[in-house]
Amino acid sequence: MPGFIARRVLATIPVMLVVAVVVFLLLHLSPGDPAAIIAGDNATDADIERVRASLGLDRPLVEQFALWLGGLLHGDFGVSVFSKVPVLSLIAQRLEPTAALALTTMVFAVLVALPLGIIAAWKAGTWIDHAVMGVAVFAFSAPVFLIGYALVYQFARQWRMLPVQGYTPLAQGFTSFWQHLVLPALSLGLIFAALLARMTRSTMLDVLNEDYIRTARAKGLAPRAVLLRHALKNASVPIVTTIGLGIALLIGGVVVTESVFAIPGIGRLTIEAVTQRDYPVIQGVILVASFVYVLINLAIDLAYAFLDPRIRY
Amino acid sequence: MKQLRRHPRIVFGGTLLGVLVLLSLLAPWIAPYDPIPLNVAQRLRPPNAAHWFGTDAYGRDVLSRTLWGGRISLLIAVAVSLASMVIGGTIGLLAGYFRALDAVVMRVMDGLMAIPGILLAVAMLSLSKASVQTVIVAITIPEIPRVVRLMRAVVLSIREQTFVQGAIASGSRLPRILLRHILPNAVTPMTVQATYIAASAVLIEAYLGFLGVGTPPEIPSWGNIIADGRNFIMLAIWNVMFPGVFLGIMVLSINVLGDGVRDLLDPRIARRM
Repeated sequence: MPGFIARRVLATIPVMLVVAVVVFLLLHLSPGDPAAIIAGDNATDADIERVRASLGLDRPLVEQFALWLGGLLHGDFGVSVFSKVPVLSLIAQRLEPTAALALTTMVFAVLVALPLGIIAAWKAGTWIDHAVMGVAVFAFSAPVFLIGYALVYQFARQWRMLPVQGYTPLAQGFTSFWQHLVLPALSLGLIFAALLARMTRSTMLDVLNEDYIRTARAKGLAPRAVLLRHALKNASVPIVTTIGLGIALLIGGVVVTESVFAIPGIGRLTIEAVTQRDYPVIQGVILVASFVYVLINLAIDLAYAFLDPRIRY
Repeated sequence: MKQLRRHPRIVFGGTLLGVLVLLSLLAPWIAPYDPIPLNVAQRLRPPNAAHWFGTDAYGRDVLSRTLWGGRISLLIAVAVSLASMVIGGTIGLLAGYFRALDAVVMRVMDGLMAIPGILLAVAMLSLSKASVQTVIVAITIPEIPRVVRLMRAVVLSIREQTFVQGAIASGSRLPRILLRHILPNAVTPMTVQATYIAASAVLIEAYLGFLGVGTPPEIPSWGNIIADGRNFIMLAIWNVMFPGVFLGIMVLSINVLGDGVRDLLDPRIARRM
């Protein structure tokens, strides 16, 4: 077991290294002078040269990368060109809305998608299956802003039940926090739930075709017991693994959803950074988002290694 | 005809997509107005007989802009799926066949996959001058790892089979083995993958435009129309809803068509999916 954990943890290093190289090269291989980009549109030639010297941009590329990577490993993600605040504290300030939206969306999607996916697999080929999967293909083809604006129009403008947009921190009271979160989480959650329901159904169908399911049915076990105790238990590993892989999509969806609902999270930070050409912030956001994705998937793999003795890579 | 009736998804998705393609291609002839010039006297008119989809904040006809926007979305869908198939397919083919390449290439792909696609595209676009070409590149690169993985999996499952081993043993040259023996087996899964990538490319183009980093704002792409309309959402929801619904229908029709093609080409998977 310790060997497996060590190997799995070590395996994340090359992944993160590739992410770092991509994020680094993005700035340095793009057309245009990185020093001029970082210095901003109104910079004088002297400003640009100062940026070039202070960031070491006049040195060879490999040396620059080593310097930059060394900084990252010490938690130095650079300083925002626009606000002069360290990138990591900027991200930390914006973390709560994004985490709240992502978590709520995830919980909502899992609660909706798992039962529907399981029922569709159990009733495969019947009208129930067709209905569930038909709705699913509609939902995951829908653009998140279309669902979002439709919900806003109905719930916030026509019925005046919920706020149009914005966010209030949890510290300012649960009711307001929750009211601001319902519509965004619903918009993104519907799409994510549709995706999860499709994945759950196909995983369950794989398991339901296994020999031990036929044995369990043949020995006269109640359908509920077969479904929940035999099938779901064995399908849970691949289902949770696909949920973990879907987190990359969820992060992308969060960026758009935050923009629809004017939620001041990481996604809005990214868009603000793009309009201000605040490149260290963009780099930092990508690094942190990828790191979170890798960590969550590492945690899922490790959790299953503990729970399921068959899993050893 | 009888064949088709057994695959209602192909009929449904194909018809829907066909209508949208036709409307987009015919936009220069059927669009009632020019989508570009401003007409401030007519701004933010609700849908009426002269402007079926209403007008936007600059007085432009939303129906005409939506029809023209379909052309951009179709162009991007075709370009992104072709480019990611060619680039990803080549990399996957080589990685699957040459063991020495495999480890390195797949680690790079794992790393690329860990970066959320929209963030990567946004970052690339923030550095380059906005154009339809840069948008295509920015959407294609995050799609490549999935294609590489698929192609590599196909190659790995084929290369040990007797007919490939036989071809190697009989001294066939490498390009012949790859192109004549291995590639044909990849056509089915790659075709299905290409349709899903096309659908996601249409959606991501709109998201990028919506976020303000997509095609140049003067081009009437669906993302740009919605980005223009979002500021007037409470006054003029038609600015967002009509292009949004067209966008949703296009993505839906490609996805349904993809499901149908998958059922048709691979009944074994179809039973499971």
